[in-house]
Amino acid sequence: MKNPENLKYSKDHEWVREEGKKVVVGITDYAQESLGGLVYVNVPEVGDEVVATESFCDVESVKAVSDIYSPVSGKIVAVNELLLDSPESINEDPYGNGWIVEIDEITDTDELMTAQEYEDYCNTLSKE
Amino acid sequence: MAYLLNTDEQVKEMLDTLGLKTLEELYDYLPKELIIDELNIPEALGEIDVLRSFQNLSAKNKVFSSIFRGAGSYRHYIPAVVPEMANKERFKTAYTPYQAEVSQGTLQSIFEFQTMICELTGMDVANASVYDGASAAAEAVSMCRDRKKKRAYISGGVNPRVINTVKTYSWSFNAPVEILEQTKDGLVDIDALEKTEHTDIAALLIEQPNYYGLFEDVSKIVEVAHKKGIKVIVKVNPIAAAVVESVGECGADIAVGEGQPLGIPLGFGGPYLGFMACKKNLLRAIPGRIVGETKDEEGNRAYVLTLQAREQHIRRETAGSNLCSNQALCAITASVYMSSMGPKGMEDVAMQCYNKAHYLANELGKIGFKLRYNSEFFHEFVTESPCDIEKLNRYLENNNILGGLPIENNGILWCATEMNTKHDIDNLVSLCKEVL
Repeated sequence: MKNPENLKYSKDHEWVREEGKKVVVGITDYAQESLGGLVYVNVPEVGDEVVATESFCDVESVKAVSDIYSPVSGKIVAVNELLLDSPESINEDPYGNGWIVEIDEITDTDELMTAQEYEDYCNTLSKE
Repeated sequence: MAYLLNTDEQVKEMLDTLGLKTLEELYDYLPKELIIDELNIPEALGEIDVLRSFQNLSAKNKVFSSIFRGAGSYRHYIPAVVPEMANKERFKTAYTPYQAEVSQGTLQSIFEFQTMICELTGMDVANASVYDGASAAAEAVSMCRDRKKKRAYISGGVNPRVINTVKTYSWSFNAPVEILEQTKDGLVDIDALEKTEHTDIAALLIEQPNYYGLFEDVSKIVEVAHKKGIKVIVKVNPIAAAVVESVGECGADIAVGEGQPLGIPLGFGGPYLGFMACKKNLLRAIPGRIVGETKDEEGNRAYVLTLQAREQHIRRETAGSNLCSNQALCAITASVYMSSMGPKGMEDVAMQCYNKAHYLANELGKIGFKLRYNSEFFHEFVTESPCDIEKLNRYLENNNILGGLPIENNGILWCATEMNTKHDIDNLVSLCKEVL
C-alpha cells in the first residue's frame, strides 16, 4: 500500500494528518503489516493529555501487545469508537477507517517525515 | 504426566554428549569458594520415623472442639465427598502442563470452577483463581488503575490483613491508597465518598459482609462511586453470596473473595483460594489464566487457555500483573464443594450461619456483651467486652473453645457457623458468665 503524500510519519510508525489546528493520528500500513491481525485496541479516552513519543494506546494482535506512541503533545478530542468492535479496521484501512485519535491543543511535535522519507526509512528497516 | 528422575544411563548419555565424565564437571566454572561440601541437614529417616516426627509436630497444634472465631477464615462442614474427589491422584498431583491443552481434564475442571464463580457472583468472566482472597483484592485494585487514575480507596470495614496486602501491592506501583473511615454504624461512609475531592480515584474496595460482619448497601455505594467515575470492587464471602443480592446485580465492577469457606479446611492459614470475577468490559484487565471453551477441528468440545495476550509472558513490562499461576487443587476442592452442596445446600449453610450467629449475639447480649453496631450482620458481629478479654479467652481455651477475636477498643469479633450447635452456644455463654 502506498503511503499517502498528504500525511506525515514518525519513526515509531504513526501517521499524522493535519486538519487545521488539530491532527488525526493512526498507525501506518507498515506497522499494521508487522503486527498482524489485530484483535483488540485499548483506546485512550477523550480528554487524555498525551506527550510526544510517549505511549497513549496499546494494540493487541494474536501474539503480542504493542504500544502506540504519540507523535505530538496535546489533548485527545476524539477517539475512533469503531475500533472497539472492529479492531481489524486498522489492518484493512490504516489510513482511513483505522484512524485512532484526534488531538488538539498541540504544544509539541515529534520529528516527522514526508511520505517519501518514511518509505526510504522503512526500506532501511526491512534490509536490517 | 509422569515426573521421573533421569536414570543413571540417561545421565551418562547426556554427559557423554557433552564430553564430560561426571556431573560435578558441569559446575566446574563456579568459583570453588561458593561450592558447599556438605549440607547441614539431618540424616534420612525411615518411613516410621518420619511419621512419628510429624505426629509429634502436629501434636503441638491445639485443635479446638468448638470455634467462635472467623475474621477471614471460617470453619464449615466439609462433606466427605469433597476431599475424596479432590484428593484423587489425577487432580492432586497434576500440574498444568506447559502445553496446557494437552491436559483437557485439568482445563475442564478450571472451566467448571470459573462458571460456578460467575454464577455465585453474578459476573460475566472469572479467572482460574489466585493465591488467596487478599491477593485477589490487590490484583483487582491493579485492574482498575489506568493512565490517569491511580488512587485506591479502601473501606475501613475491610479485613485489615487484606488492606495491608493491597497497600503492599500499591506501594510497588507507586500508587496512593486511602482508607475511607467507617461510619459509627460500622459501614462504608457513603457521604464521605460523595464529598471526596479527589478526581484520580480508580477503585473503591469494600467487603460484603464486612470485616465486622455487617451487610453493606452495595447498590447504593456503587451508584455513588460510579457517578464519580470510581470502579467498585466487592470482596464477598462466598457463603453469604448464596443468599445476598449478587455482586453483579448490585452493579459492581469486580467481585473477589476468599474461597476457603468452600470446602477448604482452616489448615493453619493455608493453602487457601482467591477468586476473581468481573464484568465483560474489564475482561482484558483480569490477570492470570482464563480457560475458554471452543471446538476442535472435528467439532468436538475442547478447552483452551484463552486471551493470553493479557498475560505477563506476552505483555512483558507493560503487564498489569505478574500472576502466572493459579490455585488449581483448591479451586477443584471449591468446585466439588459447590456442586455437592448445590444452590439450595449453600443457602441452607448461609441461613444456619445467620441464625446461629444471631442466637449467639442475643444470648451474649443478655449477659452484658452489648453489640457495638446497630447494622444488620451475617455470621460475625462485634460486642463490647464487660470483662478482661485475655482472661476470658484463656478460660474458654481451657474448656477447649476458641473464643472471639479481640479487636480495637476492647471489642470482640465473634463468629458462628453451621458447625456451632445450640448446645455449644449455650455452653459458651454459660462459661462466659462464669468469667464475669
